[in-house]
Amino acid sequence: MADEALFLLLHSEMVAGLYRAAEQGEGENGRCTTKLESMGFRVGQGLIERFTRDTARFKDELDIMKFICKDFWTTVFKKQIDNLRTNHQGIYVLQDNKFRLLTQMSAGKQYLEHAPKYLAFTCGLIRGGLSNLGIKSIVTAEVSSMPACK
Amino acid sequence: SRELFVLTYGALVAQLCKDYEKDEDVNTYLDRMGYGIGVRLIDDFLARSAVKKCRSYSETADVIAQVAFKMYLGVTPTVSCSSAAGNEFSLILDKNPLVDFVEELPAERASLCYCNLLCGVIRGALEMVHLAAEVTFLQDRLKGDAVTEIGITFLRKAEDRKQKRD
Repeated sequence: MADEALFLLLHSEMVAGLYRAAEQGEGENGRCTTKLESMGFRVGQGLIERFTRDTARFKDELDIMKFICKDFWTTVFKKQIDNLRTNHQGIYVLQDNKFRLLTQMSAGKQYLEHAPKYLAFTCGLIRGGLSNLGIKSIVTAEVSSMPACK
Repeated sequence: SRELFVLTYGALVAQLCKDYEKDEDVNTYLDRMGYGIGVRLIDDFLARSAVKKCRSYSETADVIAQVAFKMYLGVTPTVSCSSAAGNEFSLILDKNPLVDFVEELPAERASLCYCNLLCGVIRGALEMVHLAAEVTFLQDRLKGDAVTEIGITFLRKAEDRKQKRD
């Protein structure tokens, strides 16, 4: 709804603002991504606390991942993850074919080099959510053709 | 949901406080970001609300309070005109959703305008409909005032602009 537009705009302003500041000052792109990721981390922690207040205990890791793919993703991005794959040894791949934060950018390979900036916050979001559920993780993102991403 | 926006905003302010020591710098940054959001938000707003062209400043202030604030933040501030010239208005918020998770400002950040983003957003949006305005916080609950009050001062009369176009 309307809130979504507000969040999308805030997010893209955040990305633009941080990179603008970096160009003028330190010029370190890596730091911007880290900042975005850590912001996402805090938000993820807070969000997961509020979402799971009333839900039952999770049985195992896979259950938690399914929760992230369905309920968490739906609340944040208004849709579910399209594809979840795992090697049952701790690695999960979540695929979203129409990632909300990228749909406004392009539908293909244009601007591909800018995509990672927009995914940093969401990686942090997932990492924060998992951390509050007791799982330590590393979250990375990959975009081969917008607006799909893994 | 709105919680995502509020939490993200909180994380953003916290990060900015880490990056900038002076409150004025954070305030300026938030205002600039708000401006960038406002100039794009206006399109979304006009598309969703289909309001007709406002014919006076007071109508504009009403639309901001009753339609826009309600649509995006779920609250409706009260509007009052605070000048005889008819170009200064205040929006009074007794409930500000942006500070839902904030209890009080830390002592060393006493002059931080936590919600300064809002001022920038309003200013940017108004500029896109050819209304120059100054928007600032007159009162802030987080700083101990009774209510949160945003002041909008329209800088040029709308009628002049219309005449220029004709």
